[in-house]
Amino acid sequence: MTTQALHRIQVHINGTPTTRTVEPRRHLVDFLREDCGLKGSHLGCEHGVCGACTVRLDGEIVRGCLVLAVQADGRRVDTVETATPSPRLRALQDAFIARNALQCGYCTPGMLLAALDLVEQRPGADRETVRAGISGNYCRCTGYQAIVDAVCDVLALQRAGHFEPMPQGVA
Amino acid sequence: MKAPSFDYVRAASTAEVFALLQRHGDAARVLAGGQTLIATLNMRLSEPALLIDIGGLDALRGIALAGGMLRIGALTTHAEIERSVLVAEHVPLLAQAVPHIAHPAIRNRGTLGGSLAYADPAAEWPACALALGATLVVAGARGERRIAADDFFTGLFTTAMAGNELLVACELPVRAPDERHAFDELARRHGDYAIAGLAGCATFRSGRLFDLRLAFLGVGDRPLRVPRTEQSLHGRALDDATLAVALQTLRAELQPFGDLTNTPEMKRHLAGVLAKRVLTRLAV
Repeated sequence: MTTQALHRIQVHINGTPTTRTVEPRRHLVDFLREDCGLKGSHLGCEHGVCGACTVRLDGEIVRGCLVLAVQADGRRVDTVETATPSPRLRALQDAFIARNALQCGYCTPGMLLAALDLVEQRPGADRETVRAGISGNYCRCTGYQAIVDAVCDVLALQRAGHFEPMPQGVA
Repeated sequence: MKAPSFDYVRAASTAEVFALLQRHGDAARVLAGGQTLIATLNMRLSEPALLIDIGGLDALRGIALAGGMLRIGALTTHAEIERSVLVAEHVPLLAQAVPHIAHPAIRNRGTLGGSLAYADPAAEWPACALALGATLVVAGARGERRIAADDFFTGLFTTAMAGNELLVACELPVRAPDERHAFDELARRHGDYAIAGLAGCATFRSGRLFDLRLAFLGVGDRPLRVPRTEQSLHGRALDDATLAVALQTLRAELQPFGDLTNTPEMKRHLAGVLAKRVLTRLAV
């Protein structure tokens, strides 16, 4: 039997310190959606396979459904609603629209964050590497090709010097 | 689905972990990266009363060279291994295996120790540990002990660790100049659980293979060595004839389990495909 003790946590969400009291079993995406009203992060499978729940924790993409809110105490979380989107994220959003890379939009926040991670970490990525990089994000609508096209467009922009270089050691 | 209720404590020391495990026994589970445990809880396949979060135990982190071994702390994430210059240089088998582990978001949280302690026969790290003859460093209330990889994986999701012990590090022999490492894996889609995989290492000297070690994943209840196949190539060059003998020996030696989507015969066939690929890369 558990005492079901609640935990008071403070999480820095999109730059804003946010204090809430939660059950230990509350995972990060339910915390964001239900306790913080941020509906941009979605839930699909809730066991780490579909990628719809992808968010950033201390600058790294994670499965929000496989992180407990209590584990995010004192840490930084960035979601698709980030108050100051990076130029790369904005370019990805524009490219997704230009390439028709979303229909229902359910996978899109997770796709954007996975794609942003790829664009930042693997600037030399070719089409195969993009496909591998987003292989953990399922889309039931588009058939993926348009998503890959959009990501490749942004990689090309980056290679053409369209963005400021990533700061060293950026998280 | 939502996890059942549990209590949660973030342990400040290994001593605290051992005391909690002693007090709660099976009702407590250790939380490291959570990429398996939290999924298990979300699917309600397990209902522990207490989660002991060991994420704050920094002594269990880090990759360091010491005395011809590479010591990797149990809390080291797959992503940290992927980025590590020390790993790429000294134990390249791990660097070859890591891109096959799930997806980047999972690799940012999942840990080496979690994978080894969970001992999923389809996981990459247990097979790598077995191929390399790694040593698992295990701690309990009464102190530390070292367990050879050969003795560590004892059955399906079962290791030689006791219920109140913690895996703290893995020690891997550093690659000698004439040693080769090769890893390959077959899955339907990138990042899926392996249908079958193979971690291999050998000394390659004067055009011949010595001390070949092959460890298969995804074909049994634990990672599997194939000593007769390994021996068939000892001291030999790899050519069409010796490869054919090795593959024939492998077919007879390996007794794979089937699973939901692959028969034992399919697994045996794929093991042969992997053996040919890995051996060809080792003998270069």
